[in-house]
Amino acid sequence: MSMTTEPQPRVPVVALEDIWKTFGAVRALHGVYFDVMPGETHGLVGDNAAGKSTLMKILTGVYDPDRGAIEVNGKRVHFSSPSESRDMGIEMIFQHFALAENLDIRANIFLGREVERRHLGGLIRFLDTRRMTTETLRILKLLDLEMDPKLKVRRLSGGQRQVVAIGRALAFDARLVIMDEPTANLAVGKVEKLLELTKRLHQFGVAVIVISHRLDEIFAVADRITVMRLGGIVGRFNKDDVTQEQVSRLISHGRDGAEEAGA
Amino acid sequence: MTAFQVEAEQRAAALERRERIKHRIGDYGLLVVFAGYFVFMALASDRFLTVGNLVNVVRQSSVIGLVAIGMTFVMITAGIDLSVGAVVGVAAVVAARVAIDPGSGLLLPLVAGLGVSLVVGGINSLLIIRGKILPFLATLAVMAGTRGFALVYTNGQPTGGLNPQFDVLGQGSIGPVPIPVIVFLTAGLVADLVLSKTKFGRHVYAVGGSIETARDVGIPVSQVLLRVYLLSALLAAAAGVVLTARVDGADPLVGTGYELDAIAAVVIGGTSLFGGVGTVRGTILGVLLLGMVVNGLNLLNVASYYQQMIKGIVLVLAVVLNRWKSQ
Repeated sequence: MSMTTEPQPRVPVVALEDIWKTFGAVRALHGVYFDVMPGETHGLVGDNAAGKSTLMKILTGVYDPDRGAIEVNGKRVHFSSPSESRDMGIEMIFQHFALAENLDIRANIFLGREVERRHLGGLIRFLDTRRMTTETLRILKLLDLEMDPKLKVRRLSGGQRQVVAIGRALAFDARLVIMDEPTANLAVGKVEKLLELTKRLHQFGVAVIVISHRLDEIFAVADRITVMRLGGIVGRFNKDDVTQEQVSRLISHGRDGAEEAGA
Repeated sequence: MTAFQVEAEQRAAALERRERIKHRIGDYGLLVVFAGYFVFMALASDRFLTVGNLVNVVRQSSVIGLVAIGMTFVMITAGIDLSVGAVVGVAAVVAARVAIDPGSGLLLPLVAGLGVSLVVGGINSLLIIRGKILPFLATLAVMAGTRGFALVYTNGQPTGGLNPQFDVLGQGSIGPVPIPVIVFLTAGLVADLVLSKTKFGRHVYAVGGSIETARDVGIPVSQVLLRVYLLSALLAAAAGVVLTARVDGADPLVGTGYELDAIAAVVIGGTSLFGGVGTVRGTILGVLLLGMVVNGLNLLNVASYYQQMIKGIVLVLAVVLNRWKSQ
């Protein structure tokens, strides 16, 4: 899975180049470069105001950058809405999972992208529940979650909800899944579960961005780590080339403390 | 197809069947009450169980029924529409004013009555979506404004003596079935299909379940709310037009308080005031139950003041029943 063992040069799943974004007087991002390679888990860390979520919102089409380019599989794209980003295979798994508790698993997997069947030459369109049920069963089986698709999400545990949220991404051929604070809503065995899930996503050829403030988690799952601070990138490493202490210092001071240590 | 796909198809089919059955017994509690009351009345009064009387119950329920169908959509989005009673009034007087012209026919007053409701529904959605005003307050204000408009428009006077072609909408019948009943049941059937079987219906539930989630997954929340409030106004207007045709005239105060009867029927039918839960078929059952209660009490010569009290008790019982069901 490590990037360094790959022989042939590869095109990033997504690449953000020289991204700038301001909100009024606030410079949220200045000249940010960021990419994710196929099969990679890329950890994104930084303080609250570091610009992580602004960067991800640009990647998911929520915000338009003031300047800079977005490339998906080497092709330059422009997202004018979140659905355009989703159509390119970029899926966000929110910290709160973005599930409707009053609806069942199947409805949640297809929420906002329901499959319809045309009647009377397209005059009437009804939900194709049969197809959505079949597809949901397939997705749940892929994720080793043997559950009734008609189960209301209200009745699921935190871990089961996360699987549903991931299933939603997989149902639509995601190439890149962004996980925002993925363990915040899990009760037990957090890191192990996350590791297992990212592995499984990689099996389906999906690259992953993990945003977390828990460095132990990031170091457990990430291949590369990008550190953001005050709207810019202050460091990017292969996981094995850096320690948690160095990353932690970068997050809070913008320096890894190596010079002090060397002095 | 692989073996797994075949298996998945079979499981899907089995689950579909189970869901259909579950759906059917979802309103079980209400059905039992409904059936129980029905049997009680059939035994208590020999005039209850006649075709004439039962058709009468449905016809008398059809006006509130139309209003309640629209209210169901609104309440599932966790909203409320207090303006519907006033919409009944304004649609009634506008349709009546057009229908006094002997040459106006059936369609013109109908379109005028329905058309004015879209303005009211549009204002409701504008206040709620753009103005970010709570539906309760927005529609309360619109209720006052709309009722005021109906009074100003008519100078507070009733309008009567409408063209007979238009009156068919309220007084005519196809075979033994009165046209208001046909309008109500057709609207109910279509609305039930829309809510339970279409993308729009699914989005109505999603918005009511969690508006943030609906936004996050890219559901056009504003568009869903706009449609829901337009639909509510439109169905209230249909009720007003049918009522006008039925009584061959309209008073600007007609429909006063209908919003509360509609909300009561919707809640009895199992829709949650907190949104995300409810069905049109439940609402229809709720409307008919309330209609049967009034009809039964009339047949038993219970004075109308007591009827109000009994309606209150039915409402409380229904709420308790629904809470028990959802646990």
